[in-house]
Amino acid sequence: MQYQRNVYGETLVELGRENKDIVVLDADLSSSTRTAFFAREFPERFFNMGVAEQNMMATAAGLASCGKIVFVSTFALFASGRAWDQIRNSICYNNFNVKIVATHSGISVGPDGASHQALEDIALMRVIPKMFVIVPADCHQTRQAVLAAAKHLGPVYIRLGRPKIEDLENQDFEIGKANIIRKGKDISIIACGIMVKQALDAAEILKKEGVEARVVNMSTLKPIDKKTIFDCAKETKGIITAEEHSVIGGLGGAVSEAIAEMPSKKPLRKIGVQDRFGQSGEPAELMKEYGLTKEDIVRAAKELCPN
Amino acid sequence: MNYSEQEIKDLAEKTKEVRRLIIQMLARAGSGHPGGSLSATDLMTVLFFKKLNCRPQESNWPGRDRVHFSKGHACPLFYALLSKLGYFPERELWNLRRLNSILQGHPDRRTPGVEVSSGSLGQGLSVAIGMTLAGRLDRRDYKVYCLLGDGEIQEGEIWEAAMSAAFLKLNNLCAILDYNKFQIDGEVKKIMGIEPLVQKWQAFGWNVLEIDGHNLLEILDAFDIFKTVRERPTIIIAHTIKGKGVSFMENVVDFHGRVPSEEEAKKALEELK
Repeated sequence: MQYQRNVYGETLVELGRENKDIVVLDADLSSSTRTAFFAREFPERFFNMGVAEQNMMATAAGLASCGKIVFVSTFALFASGRAWDQIRNSICYNNFNVKIVATHSGISVGPDGASHQALEDIALMRVIPKMFVIVPADCHQTRQAVLAAAKHLGPVYIRLGRPKIEDLENQDFEIGKANIIRKGKDISIIACGIMVKQALDAAEILKKEGVEARVVNMSTLKPIDKKTIFDCAKETKGIITAEEHSVIGGLGGAVSEAIAEMPSKKPLRKIGVQDRFGQSGEPAELMKEYGLTKEDIVRAAKELCPN
Repeated sequence: MNYSEQEIKDLAEKTKEVRRLIIQMLARAGSGHPGGSLSATDLMTVLFFKKLNCRPQESNWPGRDRVHFSKGHACPLFYALLSKLGYFPERELWNLRRLNSILQGHPDRRTPGVEVSSGSLGQGLSVAIGMTLAGRLDRRDYKVYCLLGDGEIQEGEIWEAAMSAAFLKLNNLCAILDYNKFQIDGEVKKIMGIEPLVQKWQAFGWNVLEIDGHNLLEILDAFDIFKTVRERPTIIIAHTIKGKGVSFMENVVDFHGRVPSEEEAKKALEELK
């Protein structure tokens, strides 16, 4: 168990050592997002822009226009929603090298409550042309995603969580490529972020009940791996998506859009936040309250696959 | 610096040529924003012809001064100046706002000389801050000029940027406020007053220069003073006249976003001879 944000902060320092064009901006949350690690080592290349996200995003665009690779961090809600127009018009429209690494996404933010629980950020970022959207499922993937983002020419949004996250086995990351973590012929569970672990646990339970579930780690939401989705639709009896985000516009939305264009129609169930705002509570309580547990996935699987 | 009478005369001639291009371009395009292009013409013509360190044949030269039209709707002025400096042939101006043209309805990087797109108001001063910071990091002494509209500074982000540019001591940043007193819906003071302007920018920590934005000498002097100021960004608050140079367009709010008809264009060009 590790914090994705720690790994992010450490990876940034690594990048900063290799490349003097890496510049980092934060909006008064550097101790939480861990960009403070970078600030300590490279104070001249770190700018704390204060509580002013719009100015921060457009400043990032200006830096990128002069050849800088700019990492911008704050909480997911403020990173995606507060400065959306700046991200669209000043960053993405120009295809600038700005990497938005947002922490504290989803309901697992916990006690801070609805105002701080970004459940719409994937949708907001996914809809903008040129933007890549990545939701790493563990710390190893987080490191690789940050490195890949630095190499990619253009804007990237990386979504990280607040709590510690379990390490999965052998989850290498490549932009645009889904990982099949568990083989199965009956149903497919396509998950991202912390829901990948829930999906694996659900598959274990389902196995005992005679259902072979395939588990897919869809760590790139955009560009999404349509081929893997297509294979799931073709080779199994149905698809379940699992995400710590609204079912509108996120992973469930993206998979729905993809399979709607495919010839083999299969049923789909979306595990995620059902068009609601969050609330205060401990992360585990909230995951249960909002239907984001392995049991919820198992229930959906049984609906799709009645024995 | 001292400027000869001849120099000023030549410059005045250039402003007329630029205004003519703006009128011709907009009349052909059939849509666009003449009022705010004409009001900023003297300011930006002085900048482009007298002060800007740039290489039109090498638009990506790293040492170049940056110009950003944050009030992107004044791009006919931007395009006229870029073509006059040789960034692209003048004939491109006649494709303004047409499908697949390099001259979009608002500034766009497909146009040689445009650094960053604009159009959504309020973002440009922040963009200019980023450009200035990059210059500082790269140990380059280029200047960054950012044209703002008066209606535009009603955007909150402008004040976020005003605060941070002063905090970051960006003396290579020069904002130019085209204070023509009108926005689309009417007079700025009646829509959402922005005064007292000089005091506001001073309170935010800026070096404030208040000038007549149609007096070429005052404009030249303001840019000269900007280059001597240390540790602070500069804003030139330029009092201007919307639609300046064409009698029937001056201070007529309708010409913020309406282009002259064929007849009106003919009359305007006659006046600008």
